[in-house]
Amino acid sequence: MTTRNAEDEIAPPASWDVQGSPKFARSSGVGADDVFKWLVYTTAFAVPAVLVALFVLLVIDAWPALARFGLGFVTSSNWDNVKQQFGTLPYIYGTVVTSLLALLIATPVGVGAAIFVTEYAPRPLRVPVSFTIELLAAIPSIIFGLWGFFALTPIMRSTVEPFMKSVVGPLPVIGGLFQGPSVGKDLFTGGVILSIMILPTIVSISREVLLAVPTMQREGMLALGATRWEAIREAVIPYARVGIAGAAILGLARALGETMAVTMVIGNSSRKITGTLLTPGYTMASAIANQFTEADNPLYFSAIVGVAALLLVVSAIVNIAARLMIWQISRGGAEGGNRG
Amino acid sequence: MTMSEQVPGTHNATQPVPDRNNATTGTAGGHWMQVRDVAAYYGDRMAISEISMTIKPRSTTAIIGPSGCGKSTFIRCLNRMHEVGLGNNRVTGSVLLDGHDIYGRSIDPVQVRRYIGMVFQRPNPFPSMSIYDNVVAGIKLTRSPSRTELDETVERCLNQAALWDEVKDKLKASGASLSGGQQQRLCIARSLAMQPHVLLMDEPCSALDPIATYKIETLINELKRQYTIVIVTHNMQQASRVADETAFFLAGEERIGKLVEFGPTNQLFTNPTDPRTEAYITGRFG
Repeated sequence: MTTRNAEDEIAPPASWDVQGSPKFARSSGVGADDVFKWLVYTTAFAVPAVLVALFVLLVIDAWPALARFGLGFVTSSNWDNVKQQFGTLPYIYGTVVTSLLALLIATPVGVGAAIFVTEYAPRPLRVPVSFTIELLAAIPSIIFGLWGFFALTPIMRSTVEPFMKSVVGPLPVIGGLFQGPSVGKDLFTGGVILSIMILPTIVSISREVLLAVPTMQREGMLALGATRWEAIREAVIPYARVGIAGAAILGLARALGETMAVTMVIGNSSRKITGTLLTPGYTMASAIANQFTEADNPLYFSAIVGVAALLLVVSAIVNIAARLMIWQISRGGAEGGNRG
Repeated sequence: MTMSEQVPGTHNATQPVPDRNNATTGTAGGHWMQVRDVAAYYGDRMAISEISMTIKPRSTTAIIGPSGCGKSTFIRCLNRMHEVGLGNNRVTGSVLLDGHDIYGRSIDPVQVRRYIGMVFQRPNPFPSMSIYDNVVAGIKLTRSPSRTELDETVERCLNQAALWDEVKDKLKASGASLSGGQQQRLCIARSLAMQPHVLLMDEPCSALDPIATYKIETLINELKRQYTIVIVTHNMQQASRVADETAFFLAGEERIGKLVEFGPTNQLFTNPTDPRTEAYITGRFG
């Protein structure tokens, strides 16, 4: 075999010449290709454009209230239409408390259900169980609200709340959460109904995250003499922990914005912040739903829109954080997170 | 280090498996296994059948054969990993460790795996744990050893796995931060921390480059002085480099893996008795 120098490659031999040349030139004018391209560009950008427009509109309408009260709009507890004073702290408090309560209840239950589905359920049970749980997500909010109003609230008032008062009430610190009369329609019931509503989110995302844990992780721990539960506790859950946290935060995001069902069970009356959960309250969303029809003067209306703008910002931040965490686990997860 | 100097084991004394400090006499202190007419199933499908062999103490036994011959299935039968998972996997026949059937009626598979360690095809350190915690992950499952004992175990096992010098200054770093070859040696150290009677290795070098492979092979030749090793490999050169005895598996038309030939590695590669073995080692099929 002979070797050749690079120079030999420059000119093809004359015997290779062919007649005519291929038509490589770009066709002129606008083709269907370009039309389609611009069409999909437009549809893709329309969605974020709506979001931006929405936010801009909210800020414009909320501006009179925001400008007048400044930081006091979020730090003041005084919401008084007659005196034209609008401080949203009780609403923010109600949203935070009910959402965190929902998260506290729904995360262990949801992660437990996801572990059952991925690790323990016999194959024929897997799909029906997860399907049923996810069906919860398809139930319209108003139906949860009606059920909460007619079924959950009386039970909370007659049974659950007295029970919590007698068992948890005497304890130091957390006992303070369960003081006062059992009213049924209060922050506690609001948190409970929210926990049911965010359960499907937590279950389905946790399940995806747990399924993404490599079998090798599980087997590696089993091969060291771990029981099934030890392998889940020591290998599977630590590997998936970032994604599970993401699932919980996505649930939190849903709880923050949930309106109808909460409005029907939370009481909608107290405007004072007290330590106990057994008091009627407002969330930001329920305050908007309850009061926007009553907003009979410009400043009142502006304050209501201000609450909406605030809610939008908080939800956006929580959603972005959750997506980032889930995204991290689904692209190699814990390994990427711990490297370096 | 002799066996009797080692830290007492983590097993329950009521288990019928013999105490590691009372090693069976007549086997030079090593541990042996015997496989008797083992068949393994995935659901209703039989994957391997009629496997019988004796694994000698303090030696390396290699399992070779083409893809799909059931060699990985077989090695997973040796520490009851085959039945792990949601499927209806099962094993028939018996597998003895030092004369005790690990498939016996009263045997807990979890206990079996503490005596028979396993290293997998792809390195699988626990990424959420440090190098240190990876090594002691197994022994921490059953008891809470003192800090001194943990430190000693980590150093001893990483030394045995020829990894200590490379990681001694970063024991707190994540196990996932190591290179592939280092990760696999970390997984070996993790298994050694359990002071297993037998170490199973399922194609431990298939995801590694030649230099990392060389290090693992050197390590295997070191470890067999103390441990009984079974290694699955698709690489015949590797089998000839590390194994004292070699078993050749082959699946027939019905896709059921069977043991074709088993004997001293030298003999199997230079003077096989079965024509199918000869065809395989000379590269004519598989």
